[in-house]
Amino acid sequence: MSEPIEVPRRESSVLRISVRTAAIMLAFTLVFTSLMAGTYSATAPLVAASALAEKLRLIGEVLPPSLYDNDLMTDAITLPPQKSLGLDEETRLWRARKDGKPVALVLEAAALDGYSGRISLILSIDADGRLMAQRVTAHKETPGLGDYIDPKKDKNKKRPWITQFSDLGFDTVPREKWRVKKDGGRFDQMSGATISARAVTNASGRALAWTVERRDTLFSLPANSRYEQQGSKQ
Amino acid sequence: MSAYKDIAWNGIWKQNTILAQVLGLCPLLAVSSNFVNAVSLGLATIVVMMLSNFAISALRAFIPYEIRIPVFILIIAALVTGIDLAFNAFLHDLYMVLGIFIPLIVTNCIVLARVEAFAAKNGLRAATFDGLMMGVGFVWVIGLLGAVREFVGQGTLFSGIEMIFPKLSGIQILPESYPGFLIAMLPPGAFFVLGLLIAGRNWLDARANQRMREQRSHHQADHATDQANSVPV
Repeated sequence: MSEPIEVPRRESSVLRISVRTAAIMLAFTLVFTSLMAGTYSATAPLVAASALAEKLRLIGEVLPPSLYDNDLMTDAITLPPQKSLGLDEETRLWRARKDGKPVALVLEAAALDGYSGRISLILSIDADGRLMAQRVTAHKETPGLGDYIDPKKDKNKKRPWITQFSDLGFDTVPREKWRVKKDGGRFDQMSGATISARAVTNASGRALAWTVERRDTLFSLPANSRYEQQGSKQ
Repeated sequence: MSAYKDIAWNGIWKQNTILAQVLGLCPLLAVSSNFVNAVSLGLATIVVMMLSNFAISALRAFIPYEIRIPVFILIIAALVTGIDLAFNAFLHDLYMVLGIFIPLIVTNCIVLARVEAFAAKNGLRAATFDGLMMGVGFVWVIGLLGAVREFVGQGTLFSGIEMIFPKLSGIQILPESYPGFLIAMLPPGAFFVLGLLIAGRNWLDARANQRMREQRSHHQADHATDQANSVPV
């Protein structure tokens, strides 16, 4: 006779335990998520400031400040996400001028086919359509193996791998030769770590072709405007 | 005090996270291709392990047993995210070097393992000390692994140290013409070296055990003869 009474009792206590446990889980989630959100918003301005300082330093590495006399931070345009540059978010494109004449464009690009995913690049391309210099800004390539694409990690300090692109354009290296030697192109790679070199080489070729094609538009757009794809096909 | 001695001995040798528990292989193998990276990851791991052990020991009374694992993961992830952001905001130069390692620590199951096995059952001070000692055990092994792989793979030691101390530079130990030994730099090389280290530890332990057994049997033998002699007629 006692059984029919006990069963509902047990069910209700199971329910109570479940609700209690779920409530505790929810409380923990709320507390720790708000802790994370709080830390994020507290540090966001500082993080953004150091990211900007880092960006200025990187621009300085691909474009010596002595070559231009305008303020890069104000003479910049916004690029909507560009598939052909490997970019999936908005970026800035900086325009360097001397005495009002175009000197160089500085832009970001990315290779999505690195050995361990995305490799981010910053490139400077001069008014004649030559790649002045490029640097890897972020990557996850194997330490000690594929990370020579970053000159800080390159063992060859005198002539790091990435500098072989300096001052080359499609007038000196034809578009179809803008590849690593293993793919029949012009650029060296380290044996055993071709993928990293290939990704950077191909990405810089794509970025150079993209920029050269619309160089005049990029230079002539008003400062702080937004570049829209000319005659873009949806 | 001897409880703390036990914690230290467990962390550094007896229950060493890598050599005995063989936990956390993912970051271990990924980052141990040179000494500086390996030790950097190790130091970041110490900080995370101490903080997570501390936090969970402090909150252990409020965590129901049934949902302890998701709550632990939540706390560890929140801590690591906080450390990552704080590093980025306040120590940006160091973050540029160590930044990539910090999120990797979340994938290190040793943090969860220590929290579950120790911090959830022990007081604040013991739990924090356990985090420190397990971390120290992790650092010395991953550092040794990194040093061996770097030496065999590239013939250098401490390469990349200029990113942390700009005045120092790596040492070229083998001649510049050393062609390098690629497999040591790749994950299979990490497995080989790790296997040798584990074998070395087992050998040392086996030898110590053998000595102890021999000593004990000597003792017992002495004892037995003593007893035999002292048996009254």
